[in-house]
Amino acid sequence: MSVTTPTPALDPEEAKRLRDARIERVAKWVLPALVLVLLLVGWDRLVVWNEIPRYQLPGPLVVWEQLVKDWRMLFEALLVTLQITLMALAVAVVGGVGLAVLFNQSRFAEMSFYPYAVILQVTPVVSIAPLIFIYVENRTVGLLLCAWIVAFFPILANTTLGLNSTDHNLRDLFRIYGASRWQRLRYLQLPSALPYFLGGLRIAGGLSLIGAIVAEYVAGTGGIGSGLAFRILEASYRLNIPRMFAALLLIAVSGVVIFAGLSFLSHMLLRKWHESALKRES
Amino acid sequence: MGRLPTLPMRMTDLIHRQILPLGARPHLMQLQQVGKVFNGGVTALHDMSLAVQEGDFISLLGPSGCGKSTALRLIAGLSTPTSGRISWEGGKGAGDLGVVFQEPTLMPWATVAQNVFLPFRLRGKSFAEVKPEIDEALDLVGLAKFADTYPRQLSGGMKMRVSIARALVTNPRLILMDEPFAALDEITRHKLNTDLLALRERIGCTVIFVTHSVFESVFLSDRIIVMAARPGRVIEEVQVTAPYPRDEVFRTSADYAAHCQVASAALHRAMGEAA
Repeated sequence: MSVTTPTPALDPEEAKRLRDARIERVAKWVLPALVLVLLLVGWDRLVVWNEIPRYQLPGPLVVWEQLVKDWRMLFEALLVTLQITLMALAVAVVGGVGLAVLFNQSRFAEMSFYPYAVILQVTPVVSIAPLIFIYVENRTVGLLLCAWIVAFFPILANTTLGLNSTDHNLRDLFRIYGASRWQRLRYLQLPSALPYFLGGLRIAGGLSLIGAIVAEYVAGTGGIGSGLAFRILEASYRLNIPRMFAALLLIAVSGVVIFAGLSFLSHMLLRKWHESALKRES
Repeated sequence: MGRLPTLPMRMTDLIHRQILPLGARPHLMQLQQVGKVFNGGVTALHDMSLAVQEGDFISLLGPSGCGKSTALRLIAGLSTPTSGRISWEGGKGAGDLGVVFQEPTLMPWATVAQNVFLPFRLRGKSFAEVKPEIDEALDLVGLAKFADTYPRQLSGGMKMRVSIARALVTNPRLILMDEPFAALDEITRHKLNTDLLALRERIGCTVIFVTHSVFESVFLSDRIIVMAARPGRVIEEVQVTAPYPRDEVFRTSADYAAHCQVASAALHRAMGEAA
């Protein structure tokens, strides 16, 4: 028998703390999963026991079957919607950051245009969208415009805040070293604004999906190349309730994936230095 | 016969000026009856005159509100005097100043080396070009091993060292320090005081150091400018004649205590006048 050094016994308090931490780690995943299962089972039982017909409320299994059956059509629609969403997000990033930098560099530009950015933001996109589709011939451009209007503001607002939140001493230091405007922007303000921008980006990701969906509802015309929102509308006219649920599921999952992706991006960019991404040893 | 090519050895600019004794030092810059009145009509600084010589270690000592930080900001060019003038021997160039603030003021998104690189970067130099200077500056403050660390991972004292390395990396003619160690614990402060003097011994920099601690000012400087508040002004100058290098032995010597008494008395006179 080999001689092993005895591991030092953990004192009970330390052991309890470790156990608690482990339980918390597991619960973080298990609890929401459990709730999901309970919800699905409850939903299923509700439908079966009350003998609700599928054109009123389909059970989860029916929805799943419909999703599999319509997969080709729904997946194509999903791609259309996602394309608009991602394009809108990209344009929102460019527009939001561009405007934020412009406002930051020129007080007059900010004074002149900021109120209109706010007006654009507070006016519900549903009320602007019909007008947009009257004047914009190209359907994709119209959809993009609607989604952009919804998504760009959080990026603009957050990035503006970030650009103005630079450390005063660092700003003094840049002045002492004779930094140019461009150098101050590039080496001080943009890095300072990065965490704020990423916060805005996460909100904008969800909003651009909402914008794309709302715009599709308003645009309405269907046929080849229509997105998920149109598929939902169409299914509702035909009382194909399971398909409505299936499309809804796809939209929700896309939203979650977009949010998770942007959160991951944010973590990767900040993990080395920003408080929000650092784990503290307690 | 042609000359042999010299080895591509590189001496950095950080080495090293000689510190001459007080009175024999060449002129560096001066403040002539400089005053600063803020918009609200508050006189932050009244009629300050000060001649700075190369190699001086000057402390501005006084209670809060005596205008010592205002004086530093004026010298740094961060604000402009409302009266009087500040003139530099041979004019003021871009790399003439190094500054250490009360907080370390590091960029959290950049590594230690990148932070020290900042003054060069803002002058359009590439990192590779000035790597020897950066390495030497970090070596001088004892942080050579931490070049690739982020500020977040450093202690308060280490962050301050990075800040000092950044201030001296361009080999400036004058280094301004605005209560740099005020937020640190006493043990760390003593260590940094000693290290700062050792550093000065090696590179011969000129320093203006703002503090409200009599003990710190006596330990560090050879000239103490005692200031009073409301309005901020210079009361008198105390010279600390004790020779450098000074170390922990000096801190416990009778000579040190005597100088502290003189400086302390001057400070009391300044505060008495202000009251």
